[in-house]
Amino acid sequence: MRHLMSPLDLSVEELDQLLDLANDIEKNPEKYAHACQGKKLATCFYEPSTRTRLSFEAAMLNLGGSVLGFHSADSSSAAKGESVSDTIRVISCYADICAMRHPKEGAALVASEKSTIPVINAGDGGHQHPTQTLTDLLTIRSLKGRLDNITIGLCGDLKFGRTVHSLINALIRYHNVKFVLISPEELKIPDYIRDDVLKANGVEFQEVERLEDAMEQLDVLYMTRVQRERFFNEEDYVRLKDFYVLTKAKMELAKEDMLVLHPLPRVNEIAVEVDDDPRAAYFKQAQYGVYVRMALILTLLGIQV
Amino acid sequence: MLNISGIHEGFVLDHIKAGMSMQIYHDLKLDKLDCTVAIIKNAKSNKMGKKDIIKVECPIESLDLDILGYIDHNITVNVIQGDKIVDKKILTLPTQIKNVIRCKNPRCITSIEQELDQIFVLTDPAKEVYRCKYCEEKYVNPKKKKH
Repeated sequence: MRHLMSPLDLSVEELDQLLDLANDIEKNPEKYAHACQGKKLATCFYEPSTRTRLSFEAAMLNLGGSVLGFHSADSSSAAKGESVSDTIRVISCYADICAMRHPKEGAALVASEKSTIPVINAGDGGHQHPTQTLTDLLTIRSLKGRLDNITIGLCGDLKFGRTVHSLINALIRYHNVKFVLISPEELKIPDYIRDDVLKANGVEFQEVERLEDAMEQLDVLYMTRVQRERFFNEEDYVRLKDFYVLTKAKMELAKEDMLVLHPLPRVNEIAVEVDDDPRAAYFKQAQYGVYVRMALILTLLGIQV
Repeated sequence: MLNISGIHEGFVLDHIKAGMSMQIYHDLKLDKLDCTVAIIKNAKSNKMGKKDIIKVECPIESLDLDILGYIDHNITVNVIQGDKIVDKKILTLPTQIKNVIRCKNPRCITSIEQELDQIFVLTDPAKEVYRCKYCEEKYVNPKKKKH
């Protein structure tokens, strides 16, 4: 039985197969409409995330399966003090596969150690968010046609932004991927990514503070939101939340075929005026998120169509 | 010179940095063993000036000495059987440390999950870096920093 805790749980070959499957689902949705009939997905969300949860639920429903679960710690037995280990043992009796989001880092790993069904990490605090990464990879590969030989700018909250950490871990395995890390001093990438991932693997990267300084060299710009829930101090959040705003004017500095990605929801970091730019790919990205989660559910359940 | 009699079966941990013996006593959970333990503090040493020594009379399979490599790989471990030294262990960094150090990341699941083992994994042997198995936060050993 397999779980998915980090994008690195999948080899490059497995990842390619998964993305191929997602692309086949995109082209032939009717072929997969009953693939998970009789199967149940439990969405165990200890913190609110409408988007990721609905994406998982849409994926299972598209496959003809059913969904059950809870949407906040308050509406689960965690409010009564139940441990993650106990909860997953019980959920294992009710469902065939589980997607778990938890505010604490490593929670899904704890669940996977006690679970008798596949567990998908749907986000654990500021740590990992592998299905967002799979979504990002599918979007880049589908729209750019490749995952190697790209320069990607990661902009915003690189300290707490788990989507960014997961994406870096996944992309370093491809040839000639360069990173431009764009963040204010307070939200720089953590040491364990800079030292143990980028430097340790000899990956080319640079750190800059101004978005304008990076724009012209990028093939992909990955914007992130500064997340209020990751701050202990409201003052710091207010000071940093509008540090970057991508506007039409800044887009003029970019290549004609640059892609703009964003894990969504956005707040102010991308001006609405950018939405009509053909390079804005963040809403397509949400659609790819459903396809890749469908492919993942099929893969972890060992269902072949 | 203080004399402590020899042991029939067990371990002599020699060349412990002076002052570290009580920490090792706790880290090896010797307080939980029902056996004879002698702790010698500030013994004279030609090599170190002062050193600590711990002698433990116990079956040799009852102690997990992996953690010693993490604390200080310069410690000499003599294994005693039948009143004789039968082995000298070379200490290496353990690949995993369980329930010795605690994760200090307040966002880590280990901060709230009941009875979850505190597990650290050796991620960079050259730099002696350990990270929490769950949140991957680096553990900075305050005692090692002082060396």
